Amino acid sequence: MRIVLRLLVPVLLVLLWWTTSAGSTSPFYPPLREVLAAFQESWLFTRLGSDLVPSVTRLLAGLLIATVVGIAVGAALGRSRLLMQALNPAVQFGRSLPGTALIPISVVLFGIGDGSKILVIAFVCLFPVLLNTVDAVRGVDPHLEDVARSYRLTPAQRLAFVLLPAAAPQIFAGIRTALGIAFIMMVVTELYAATNGVGFVTLSARNSFDVPQMWAGTVLLGLLGVALSALFLVLQRRVLSWHIGMTERN
Amino acid sequence: MLSVTNLRKTYGSGGQAVEAIRDLTLTVDKGEFVCIVGPSGAGKTTMLKCLCGLLKPSSGTVTLDGAPVTGPPKEIASVFQDYSRSLMPWFTVQRNVGLPLRNRYRSAADRAERVATALDAVGLSGFGDRYPWQLSGGMQQRVAIARGLAYAPEILLLDEPFASVDAQTRADLEDLILRVRDDTGVTMLLVTHDIDEAVYLADRVVVMSARPSVVLETVPVDLPRPRDQVTTKRLPRFAELRAHVLTLIRRTALDGAAPTPDQHSTIGARR
Ligand SMILES: Nc1ncnc2c1ncn2[C@@H]1O[C@H](COP(=O)(O)OP(=O)(O)OP(=O)(O)O)[C@@H](O)[C@H]1O
Ligand SMILES: [Mg+2]
Repeated sequence: MRIVLRLLVPVLLVLLWWTTSAGSTSPFYPPLREVLAAFQESWLFTRLGSDLVPSVTRLLAGLLIATVVGIAVGAALGRSRLLMQALNPAVQFGRSLPGTALIPISVVLFGIGDGSKILVIAFVCLFPVLLNTVDAVRGVDPHLEDVARSYRLTPAQRLAFVLLPAAAPQIFAGIRTALGIAFIMMVVTELYAATNGVGFVTLSARNSFDVPQMWAGTVLLGLLGVALSALFLVLQRRVLSWHIGMTERN
Repeated sequence: MLSVTNLRKTYGSGGQAVEAIRDLTLTVDKGEFVCIVGPSGAGKTTMLKCLCGLLKPSSGTVTLDGAPVTGPPKEIASVFQDYSRSLMPWFTVQRNVGLPLRNRYRSAADRAERVATALDAVGLSGFGDRYPWQLSGGMQQRVAIARGLAYAPEILLLDEPFASVDAQTRADLEDLILRVRDDTGVTMLLVTHDIDEAVYLADRVVVMSARPSVVLETVPVDLPRPRDQVTTKRLPRFAELRAHVLTLIRRTALDGAAPTPDQHSTIGARR
């Protein structure tokens, strides 16, 4: 029953699209039938390995770097008032920079390869993770820190068994925000200067007036976004199962 | 031997300073069972935190076997007052109890065995795989006690450990603590609001004044051991001691340094 309800609106929207576009003569609004044909031709599965995989790899690499660096630096900043005071202006500056503005610089400095794109994605994703980690680490219940200290846990044990688990729910919220940004940056970095990727293929299709191909690329991006966010939720549910259980109970 | 000499603790400074403890001197001998009673807000938790090296006294000294306590000593385990916030909600009961043992026992099997024994002692054998938030308040407090026991300390500090359990469980846990003391010879320092409990458990009851606190009196408890919930509490001597401690507390609660209306009502039956 629930699954029917969930699928109802998407199916209706596709039907709407199908009917309104079926007789379309506008070259920019091709019939859905043609879009699906283009989709099948490119993405099932000729360009999957050559364009989709590189896109997703760059996204995940950038997000992973941002997560690792963001948690490490964020935990340090959350612990040390002094460090936070010293680095806060730089952090505020970095987070206010629009990510897209970094692409030209990154291209000039590091070229148009994967490294340059991953760097931009990582940089932009860093801030939500970092700032959430700072906040979360500061909010850890002092009672738990008393317990950790009185039972003489080592600093590493305190980090691994007390601080990070306590901060995890908020860190995950930061990563979730970062994932959304990473997705946008993945596409944008491919529009500016690229040799492969879903964004690149979609833009090239527009430039060569292959309109159905352009629509197909956009559809793929939509599906990819939904899939990534669903995967993230699965991961989150596994790691934070205790938190979900506890919240549901209260 | 744990001793505190002229302990003073003031929180904050300037106009907002709170003088919690004015002057406390106290010695707890090896193997002794000392109970501390005092009005709410007297500074009992503050004192325990100074004793176990979590708080730095404003002045005075804390020594353990002659050596000054500057940080949490490995001989001391604490059961904190706020049990629900002293357990890690991301760990199962087993892992909570086993966490402090990591630096004591290399082998996971040894740790598991100690954890199982401690959980068994507090009557939570079947609950190792549960999470703290799946348990009742009283059960959570028993997990915190089990964590202290598993650590096999020389001194166990307990801050109102039975405040949130029903009367029957409370009696069971009191007897459990007495049994552990007999079996292991661990030194016990227990804070409570319940005067019956203090007299029933202790070798000595230390009565603290209202804030800023001093030791009002140390009452030796000359009741025979082993103690028994029914026969010990029926002794005329028990009633005498109980009445004596109660009188002391009533008085300090009424004319303590900074009495507040709720201070009397909290003696004996808190929360
Ligand atoms: N971190 C703190 N900062 C400022 N004041 C504090 C702090 N902790 C405790 N106090 C104050 O010190 C006094 C003693 O507090 P403490 O918790 O030690 O009392 P207690 O005897 O344990 O009380 P209870 O029986 O209610 O647990 C109280 O007036 C309290 O408000
Ligand atoms: Mg207290």
